[in-house]
Amino acid sequence: MIEPGERVLLLGASGAGKSTLLAGLAGVLGGDDEGDETGSLTLDGASAASQRGRAGLVLQDPDSQVILARVGDDVAFGPENLGVPRDEIWRRVRSALDAVGLDLPLDRSTSELSGGQKQRLALAGALAMQPGLLLLDEPTANLDPAGVTEVRDAVARVVAQTGATLVVVEHRVSVWLPVVDRVVVLAPGGGVVADGTPDVVLAARGAELAESGVWVPGVAPAFPARVPSPSSPLLEIDRLSVGRRPRVAVADGITATVSSGRALAVTGPNGVGKSTLALTAAGLLPPVGGRLRASGPLSLGASDHPIDWKSRELLTRIGTVFQDPEHQFLASTLRQELATGPRALRLAPRDIADRTDELLHRLRLDHLAEANPFTLSGGEKRRLSVATVLATRPRIVVLDEPTFGQDARTWRELVALCAELLDTGSGIVAVTHDAEFVDALADEVLELGGASAHAVSRVSASIGASA
Amino acid sequence: MTVLATIATQRAIGRVNPVAKLLAAVVLSLTLLLSIDWVSAGVALVLEAGLLAWSGLTPGQLLRRTAPLWIAAPLAFITTCLYGRDSGATLLTSGFITVTQGSVALGLAIGLRILAIGIPGIVLFATTDPTDLADGLAQVLRLPSRFVLGALAGIRLVGLFQDDWRQLGLARRARGVADVGGLIGRIRRGAGMAFALLVLSVRRGSKLATAMEARGFGSDIERTWARPSTFGRPEWTLVATAALIAAVAVVCAVGAGTWEIVVG
Repeated sequence: MIEPGERVLLLGASGAGKSTLLAGLAGVLGGDDEGDETGSLTLDGASAASQRGRAGLVLQDPDSQVILARVGDDVAFGPENLGVPRDEIWRRVRSALDAVGLDLPLDRSTSELSGGQKQRLALAGALAMQPGLLLLDEPTANLDPAGVTEVRDAVARVVAQTGATLVVVEHRVSVWLPVVDRVVVLAPGGGVVADGTPDVVLAARGAELAESGVWVPGVAPAFPARVPSPSSPLLEIDRLSVGRRPRVAVADGITATVSSGRALAVTGPNGVGKSTLALTAAGLLPPVGGRLRASGPLSLGASDHPIDWKSRELLTRIGTVFQDPEHQFLASTLRQELATGPRALRLAPRDIADRTDELLHRLRLDHLAEANPFTLSGGEKRRLSVATVLATRPRIVVLDEPTFGQDARTWRELVALCAELLDTGSGIVAVTHDAEFVDALADEVLELGGASAHAVSRVSASIGASA
Repeated sequence: MTVLATIATQRAIGRVNPVAKLLAAVVLSLTLLLSIDWVSAGVALVLEAGLLAWSGLTPGQLLRRTAPLWIAAPLAFITTCLYGRDSGATLLTSGFITVTQGSVALGLAIGLRILAIGIPGIVLFATTDPTDLADGLAQVLRLPSRFVLGALAGIRLVGLFQDDWRQLGLARRARGVADVGGLIGRIRRGAGMAFALLVLSVRRGSKLATAMEARGFGSDIERTWARPSTFGRPEWTLVATAALIAAVAVVCAVGAGTWEIVVG
């Protein structure tokens, strides 16, 4: 039971049905043929599915919520569907854009917006329908820190202005604590574990929630101890320019060194070419200018230039974990997925089986060995995509936003895996917005989009702590 | 996406309802498909060329957009000359190849036709915004809004698919499977990527559908339209112009004795 005007944070381990509940409240859960329904879900006393438009829903992925090509048209889409008269639609469009702080011309192209702007656009689209209930499903999970604050503040302003009821699902509790006045924790098997004011619930259930993957404020993530190891340079990046197309650089003058046993973090706002740099350093895109040179221990007899390596030669040298795990899945079962790399290396079947079994076990994926990679949960997909790279034991691992949208549990596992890689002498390049990930692992930080693009070494908290 | 992107223009043609552009293109192409002769296509092409100044495209844009036609038309002309149905006096023989007056006339008719149908089609649609076209289709032609708006939202995903495709290609190189042998390997890899893209696109599509439903799309409420789509004097002028060009082309061809209905 949620009263009008309440602002609720919905928590629970992944798989507890938080998103499903939101979809149900929004009336977009589908008909009887798409699953079973027991119990009742009512909005203003009527079934939620019949009340479409009373609840506005904002989802996690900024890209898949933009419906039309122009900002104004996109916000107008909801009111049009509700049969609102034309003059009233445009009045609502302007006030909704105003409320979320999007000061853009109505004919601005929606594809030019940043992630944070797209999420605020989605929020404006929901607001223009004048819903009594706002439902937000991890609306900030895919945003950089600036985008997170931007969207959170817009929501806070809107809720204060309209007095709408708010239900938000999110792993990162601290983001929403200033906004919500009630916390509800769902149990994985169904039912409610805890319900009350944020202080009470977090005090009583904090440790348990942190264990199940919620980011509880005050519970600091545990950093794995690192064993300081000798290091030698593997990849020299010297005044490098990177871009997706020949002669068009999105970032230049980049200087850094990737060394064995060391982690280089690449940070900076969206759109400054971090991912392009990662793909270039990984030997997947040709450099637009400058130099990218593999040293002796990395090239092992092949060319000095990673882009000249054959696909198979890359496997033992540089492995890449893509931002979207689905882009790199090739096989129809997890076991085959893990065997793909070793098989391309023409290892003996015995060795391939050993490697895949060991990885499945280590990443707690053994029970899913015969499942299709596309059917995994977000956290499982992330673990699998890292495992496919580990299977060929590359000297350098490049990761693009490895912790994006991950719960605290997957986060801990990823950090532990990376620490282990570093301790065994691999080099890591990680593109990340995640300040805690940088704190836990990075030996050097390369910030793009600033005045200079030179890597700066930092006193690693983890090495200091373990000493 | 640049080749498909809409060219914004200040000219009147940019503001004409896209439905009128669609009708104009249909009138022209249907008429020119009735007969395959060089006179009707040539006359239509000359008249269209006179109107290009009002197309709202710069010569550079015009050339880039119509580039495929300038390759296709000469190619069709040459192959028809060489291998087309022969009639009339023989002009050239060499092995399998015979060039006759008939095959040259047929080649000319086909080559000119590709230009006469293709150029107005490309020019009219280069200046058409998909959102305006959808508004017109739903409000002027009264096509079902569910279908039209669904397709419109889907078009926006095309750009995302292009990014996906690129990432899929890079990921294959990263996974060590990008240099497996020759043409067959390439085809197999392409098929694998196409399947992966299909899976991804179904995912994206269903997410988009959820987002649309959450905004009240597909409910039983009578929909209103934020952007009016009207059909007035400029629209009728455009359609009438197209009809006039088609009529003049037919009259000239009949007069010259080359008009010959191919179907029916």
